[in-house]
Amino acid sequence: MSEEMKREETESKPRPIRPMRGGRGMPVPKGAIKKGTLSRLIKTVLAHYKWQMVVVLVCILINSAGSLVSSVFLQVLIDDVIPAGVESGFDSVAARLGGMIAGMAGMYVIIVIAAFLNNRIMATVTQGMLYHLRADMFKKMQTLPIKYFDTHAHGEIMSTYTNDTDATRQLIGHSLPSLVTNSLTLVLSISLMLWYSLWLSLVVALFTFTMTFIIKKIGGGSAKYMVERQRSLAKEEGFVEEMMKGQKVVKVFTHEEKAKADFDVLNDQLYRDSVKANTYGNILGPILGNIGNFNYVFLTIIGGLLLMAKLPNIGFSSIFFGIGALEIGILVAFLSMSRNFTMTVNQMSQQISMIAMGLAGASRVFTLMDEEAEKDEGYVTLVNVKKDEAGNLTETTQRTGVWAWKHYHKSDDTTTYTELKGDIVLDDVDFGYVPEKQVLTGISLYAKPGQKIAFVGATGAGKTTITNLINRFYDIADGKIRYDGININKIKKSDLRRSLGIVLQDVNLFTGTVMDNIRYGRLDATDEECIEAAKLANADGFIRRLPEGYQTMLQNNGANLSQGQRQLLSIARAAVADAPAMILDEATSSIDTRTEALVNDGMDKLMKGRTTFVIAHRLSTVRNADAIMVLDHGRIIERGTHEQLLEQKGTYYQLYTGAFELE
Amino acid sequence: MASTVKTLLKSVRQYKKPSLVTPAFMVLEAFCECLIPFFMSQMINEAALASGDLMHIAKYGGILLVLAAVSLTSGVLAGKFAAQASCGFATNLRHDLFYKVQKFSFANVDKFSTSSLVTRLTTDVTNVQQSYQMCLRIVIRVPLQFLFAIIMSFTINARLAWVFVVIVPALAIFLVSIMRIVMPFFRRIFKKYDALNNSVQENVGGIRVVKSFVREKYETEKFEKAAGEVRNDFTKAEKILALNNPVMTFFINFAAVLISYLGAKAIIDSGTLSGDFVPTELSALITYGIQVLSACMMFSMVFVMLTMSFESMRRIAEVLQQESDLQSPETAVKEVKDGAVRFENVSFKYASTADKYALSDIDLDIKSGETVGILGGTGSSKTTLIQMIPRLYDATEGTVYVGGVNVKDYDLEVLRKEVAVVLQKNVLFSGTIKENLRWGDETATDEEIERVCKLAQADEFIRSFPNGYDTYIEQGGTNVSGGQKQRLCIARALLRKPKVLVLDDSTSAVDTKTDALIRRAFAEEIPNTTKIIIAQRVASVEHADKIVVLDGGKIIACGNHEELIKSSEIYREIYQAQTKGKTEDDEKQGGEAV
Repeated sequence: MSEEMKREETESKPRPIRPMRGGRGMPVPKGAIKKGTLSRLIKTVLAHYKWQMVVVLVCILINSAGSLVSSVFLQVLIDDVIPAGVESGFDSVAARLGGMIAGMAGMYVIIVIAAFLNNRIMATVTQGMLYHLRADMFKKMQTLPIKYFDTHAHGEIMSTYTNDTDATRQLIGHSLPSLVTNSLTLVLSISLMLWYSLWLSLVVALFTFTMTFIIKKIGGGSAKYMVERQRSLAKEEGFVEEMMKGQKVVKVFTHEEKAKADFDVLNDQLYRDSVKANTYGNILGPILGNIGNFNYVFLTIIGGLLLMAKLPNIGFSSIFFGIGALEIGILVAFLSMSRNFTMTVNQMSQQISMIAMGLAGASRVFTLMDEEAEKDEGYVTLVNVKKDEAGNLTETTQRTGVWAWKHYHKSDDTTTYTELKGDIVLDDVDFGYVPEKQVLTGISLYAKPGQKIAFVGATGAGKTTITNLINRFYDIADGKIRYDGININKIKKSDLRRSLGIVLQDVNLFTGTVMDNIRYGRLDATDEECIEAAKLANADGFIRRLPEGYQTMLQNNGANLSQGQRQLLSIARAAVADAPAMILDEATSSIDTRTEALVNDGMDKLMKGRTTFVIAHRLSTVRNADAIMVLDHGRIIERGTHEQLLEQKGTYYQLYTGAFELE
Repeated sequence: MASTVKTLLKSVRQYKKPSLVTPAFMVLEAFCECLIPFFMSQMINEAALASGDLMHIAKYGGILLVLAAVSLTSGVLAGKFAAQASCGFATNLRHDLFYKVQKFSFANVDKFSTSSLVTRLTTDVTNVQQSYQMCLRIVIRVPLQFLFAIIMSFTINARLAWVFVVIVPALAIFLVSIMRIVMPFFRRIFKKYDALNNSVQENVGGIRVVKSFVREKYETEKFEKAAGEVRNDFTKAEKILALNNPVMTFFINFAAVLISYLGAKAIIDSGTLSGDFVPTELSALITYGIQVLSACMMFSMVFVMLTMSFESMRRIAEVLQQESDLQSPETAVKEVKDGAVRFENVSFKYASTADKYALSDIDLDIKSGETVGILGGTGSSKTTLIQMIPRLYDATEGTVYVGGVNVKDYDLEVLRKEVAVVLQKNVLFSGTIKENLRWGDETATDEEIERVCKLAQADEFIRSFPNGYDTYIEQGGTNVSGGQKQRLCIARALLRKPKVLVLDDSTSAVDTKTDALIRRAFAEEIPNTTKIIIAQRVASVEHADKIVVLDGGKIIACGNHEELIKSSEIYREIYQAQTKGKTEDDEKQGGEAV
């Protein structure tokens, strides 16, 4: 590609297509770039695409060398061939001219092929890398502990997948290759300039110094203002988001004028900051471009002086050809080199911010990949077993419906099988999400197979935390939890969780059909089994009334369903999983009486014959529990059956009579 | 399309001047940049003729310096004005959008979802801003650069310049066809991309479900498949685009070779090195050729970018063109006499095209100061009914009266001040508790605030916070519990001292005792305010003067508790379902408690 065009392109190249529509402006470096990001990125690219990168490098070399060679051709043409032709007629140089033109054409064909090859390979590499980064990131994310998701804003995680990968793509597909091309061109033009003339090179050096100074001056200001612009943009977006979400409240309180006034303040600030940032961005190009022009003029004048003075020209070429006078051909060639040089510097300066942005993005991608995965030292696994009359268990690969914990004992090299029953014991358990703040203290309880244990207490009392410990979303600080007599730390996490069904307070559904969503509970469940589970959960009725029944597509977390219907689906999903133990977190949102009755009935059916932990928000559902635990500030303050607790006339009694609020 | 652009351009306003000045300076810059190669070639030519004296070189050098200085100045000024114009335009667009939304009725807000409004105000405006700046800087400059370069080429050597006339259309045809092939690809990719991002979002949001059901591998496979699809399509599209630059280079180089050959031949044939056409002009001609062709390329890029941002433009214009369907009448009633509310034969549907009425034939008479309970299942239009009172929606048929006056005759602000609604989906804003409460009345004293908080049974828990009334509420009110949030919202509405207070299921998360206390406080402290309460619990409305039972958008029963227990089967059912638990004896024996 020509230099002239390259310059135009960097100046105004539209930001490559934004892959994300919901995104917020440009990715901006939020934190420091992690050390070694660049080399790690390059290593990753090479790991996947070694030979492609070699070919690309060769193509880039051909491209840079090719454009230099063609300008040499032009110089020879103007310098030698034309004067010779003028002197002794066209025919005398026809062959030479033809040869040169053919050489130029050949060179150009090679350049075009190299460029095409380069682009095609880079398309594969860029998109491939993007794919690998995303897939690796996602794969890694699946192994992260719940703690990671609880302590990172979901918007931030999303932004790594969208903004940051996009920035990385730019870096791999655009900024880095041009950095290589430009560095190469830079080295080549510097060497050629030195080859031609030392004196003239000194002039160029002086201008280069000026340019770097200006880049630093303006580029530095630009970065500062860009950060400020991003800050006010984020501020305004936050405000807009809040106001749009609360728009109905704004109207109900006729708060429109106040909202407008607040908005204007932020909007004006954003204007001031973005004008500064954009101005700096806009003027860098023309300033550098014209410094290049000044450089050109001064070079010509100095060159002209040298020509006339017939001063000896010193350059590296002198080593081979001896010191001679400066010739017009050399001057022309030198000038075109210097133009090449200044344009390249100009381009590189404009890429600095892109590279910084790309590295910041890549750095965050790597940060996610480097997060510590959930530790699992469990070795007790869940296997299908056959049970003979004597009650002996033998392992089998068939699905028997009978499960057992396979426990290998290292000490005496034996393997024992314990039938999965759902017997759960918590023994003096302490826990805190952070070491400084203990959330649960001395929790002891047990649930025999098939029993229902209910947790009752105010927000923050620790109800959900207990269930988080049973399925090891978090690990306890002290004490012991045993499942069928086995310390759960010894059980493989995936097997432990498979043995525990769960219905969460906030229902999460996935894009897909209703059937897919139920089958999420057990992937090998047949359609019949799914429908059976839906019937058990009282969901079958409403599903059949949906436009396409079980094949109705759900989108946006099942936004087309009512809250109650979503809960019924989540119960069906747990039912199909058919685990011997269950954790049920009741929904708090108000659903109408009829649907609530359906939900409660579905839950009751689900709990039948299963060990169940219920986090209750309505007392009506806990009355038939085998034991009710009343929690307060992480301690069990009362325990017993409904009747026992009522008799005690303690906290539970007060809750029940409505003197306290649950939530 | 024309109307979209026209709507948007209305927001340029005070930035018209920089918007016009920018292209002018860009033209000047383009003009200088076109002349520079010409004078450079002249200057080198002077230098080349060793006989040429230094004065000539200096003359051309001087011209060049002036040109470069002018180009620099105009470039910098254009950059500055372009920044002003585009940022200003974006600022005005955001301003207009925001103001427009403030004017919207509930129906308008429903039409655009919250998140889509946010996207329009943020991402879409940013896209348009970028396009606008590009238009100002390039759209006028590029064709002129093209024109100047052509003119200069013809000035240097008309015979050789014809080469461009042949090549340009060929290039144009090529660029257009590439765009036509690739654009549909990109549209499809966008959709798949959205789906991909959506799947990440679902995964992050539902990570507890994923882990509970041990679906990590399944999710990863699903994601890899979706990511693979995006990758394949994108690679295909980019491979087609991979043709762009090489072909472009090919055209330029082809022109360069042709001109070099023809030019060299022409000079040689002329037999002199200092004739009409000199060797240095040859390189100038090639430079112009490059300028001409790069102008074509730029134009195609601008075109792509504009096409892509057109979707954003359309979405912004859609909001700006939306007329609010609720407006205060010109001679509005400025005072609400009392809290009497009357529905006269009211029917309502959310969209004129909907064939189902959300409310039909509602006749209801509420006297000032009465307490009215509204019961009914999901979808029975309870919320719709009460939203007619402060004119959040207009009745499709029939009339709603407040204080004996048709709600459409009131000044909206006056009406909504007197009819305070505590919405079901209620929101607190980031700010202190006090600031939030003052939404009800900006001039309220601390004593007044305390008084309403006591009424709403909120004073006690507010005081239990370390910072009391100055406690900072996080965005969305995430740091207070559901019940606390509801009571704060009630207090906020009470601060308005309304004549009609509407609670839309506003105590669902409050315990029964507090709920009762709030109701008692209402009865004792604000007896003259009409209170309309939507509830799920019968207990919340049991003692109301009047209970309205809604089903399918119709009033199926109306009367006080005693009357309804006798006359309405549905009411009786609801009542029994909810009180059963407390009266029936549970025969099940307690299990083992540790």
